[in-house]
Amino acid sequence: MIITKALTKRYGAVEAVRAVDLDVREGDRYGLLGPNGSGKTTLVRMLLGLVYATSGEIEVMGRRMPRHAHEVLQQIGALIEQPAAYPHMSARANLALFDAAGPHGLAGRRSRRQRIDEVLEQVGLAGVGRRPVKAYSLGMRQRLGLAAALIRKPRLLILDEPGNGLDPRGIADLRELIIGLNETGVTVFLSSHLLAEVEQLCTRVGVLDSGRLVLQEDLAALCAPTGRILLDTPDADRVCAMLDGQVEQRDGQRLLIRHADPVELNSRLVGAGLRVQAIGPHRRTLEEIVLSVTGTGSDHIGGTSEPRERGGNTASERETQRDRG
Amino acid sequence: MIGVELVKLVRRPRTWISLTLTCALPFVVAIFIAVTHLTPPPGQGSAFLSAVLQSGALYPAAALAMVLPVFLPIATAVVAGDSIAGEATTGTLRYLLVRPVGRTRLLVAKLISITSYVLLVVVAVTVTAYATGVLLLGPSRAGVVVHSVGPGSVPSSSVGAPTAGVSPGAGAVTSLSGTPLSLLQLAERTVGAIAFIAVSMLGVAAIALFLSTITSSALGAALGALAALVASEILVTLNAAAVIQPYLPTRYWLAWIDFFREPIFWRNIDRGFAIQAVYVVVFLGAAWANFATKDVTA
Repeated sequence: MIITKALTKRYGAVEAVRAVDLDVREGDRYGLLGPNGSGKTTLVRMLLGLVYATSGEIEVMGRRMPRHAHEVLQQIGALIEQPAAYPHMSARANLALFDAAGPHGLAGRRSRRQRIDEVLEQVGLAGVGRRPVKAYSLGMRQRLGLAAALIRKPRLLILDEPGNGLDPRGIADLRELIIGLNETGVTVFLSSHLLAEVEQLCTRVGVLDSGRLVLQEDLAALCAPTGRILLDTPDADRVCAMLDGQVEQRDGQRLLIRHADPVELNSRLVGAGLRVQAIGPHRRTLEEIVLSVTGTGSDHIGGTSEPRERGGNTASERETQRDRG
Repeated sequence: MIGVELVKLVRRPRTWISLTLTCALPFVVAIFIAVTHLTPPPGQGSAFLSAVLQSGALYPAAALAMVLPVFLPIATAVVAGDSIAGEATTGTLRYLLVRPVGRTRLLVAKLISITSYVLLVVVAVTVTAYATGVLLLGPSRAGVVVHSVGPGSVPSSSVGAPTAGVSPGAGAVTSLSGTPLSLLQLAERTVGAIAFIAVSMLGVAAIALFLSTITSSALGAALGALAALVASEILVTLNAAAVIQPYLPTRYWLAWIDFFREPIFWRNIDRGFAIQAVYVVVFLGAAWANFATKDVTA
């Protein structure tokens, strides 16, 4: 659906995006993670033909961008950073204008009005569509932005930080909406700096760090069992004695044991008269995975522990993060 | 897309407020003249104003002369300067572009919208001025006699400036006095003047539109274009700058007054059209070249 090869964007001496090979497959719910200033927005804008790449290739739905932008963009719904609308007009008037602006707008007033009703309902703005947008809260504007992205029934949704400005209820609604659309065949590509959002929503994850794609993998594979078992037991000392050498970590009652089969281990422990509070396969959380590949936390300026191709470019990296943030 | 831009223009309160204000100035002036029966002596004040008491039908020309130096360029520069930069500031630019609207297409639609606005204002001023002129200053008589049209385009001086030092020009103007113009002729010439003024404003619009693609500040683009006009106005009156004067955007701005001479004095009108065409082509070309290749990060 989206394939980039060695995609690079340089602003003067600053490399905002460096040699990114993105691979988003049809039907994915792809989450692009990265701290603020890691190049997510620049990458998204390049996919949409707003920012021109310095080098590298972009292919969206099998066609080169930005050369075929006119055909490709018609099948994409996009939310780019903040939503935007003409403030003195109502949500309905805004949606009608945006639809009419593109090629082959929904023919006829009736079908357009119908589609506007549908998308307003979908994003939960059905009751307030006639109010001028300047009276909207941030969350309502975000919903309107989503409605504008959906109005043409896109095959691909590109959402840059879609959870911005939404309250917990709004985020839950958004998740439900995105999963529902994905089930009808819409591929979703979203960027976020919120790990939890991506973990709950996405099937595939990419991690951007200082403009480099440092990880790209299916979430299921990332969070697969690690071949270790997490055991919670009041008899931790005796378990350690019994499984000498297999216990990798101990934190009070909780043990991390190198062992593949929790069921087998459980019966062994119980058979030996040891009490078990909880037992299960160990999985890494998305947070642990992301921190292990990026090295630095969110919003950390001037990371030092990241992998480097050549020495002595720390200053430019700091600049990257500051400028793009 | 063109329809969309026109809808945006029509639904924007600014359009109607600026239009009302621009039409209000000649209206207020007409009330004062009607009440006091005082007009500036020939050769002083706005062009044509000294003649309007003879015929209200001449008032549209006087009204255009009033709004041309300041009101019209400001309104035009604001609308054109806002066209791309304003969309960038509100964030709607990126959403229009991914709709998708081609960048060239968007620029063309903006230009058509600006042109419509300029024509709307100029025609509205003409129509309201004709109505107020006939109602307040007396009905039109057949065979209007154009006595003096004030300082014209021949001297390099702007309307409203004292007439001292432009005696040769003033002489040329008064030599046309006494030639009767039929109402039909007057209407034709007013249409010519409207076209000329609209084209002059397009020159302003092209500069503002170009600046609008460079900056994301609508105010900056509008003020930049106005600054260029003010500089041009200053240089036009400066004898030391005579070498470049024929190429300044405001040099032939008042040449439309020559439509009201008998016979029509075409030389400066032609030059005015030509110089504005050059400004329009150059700045629109620059706007297009910049906008089509620019990273949209707003």
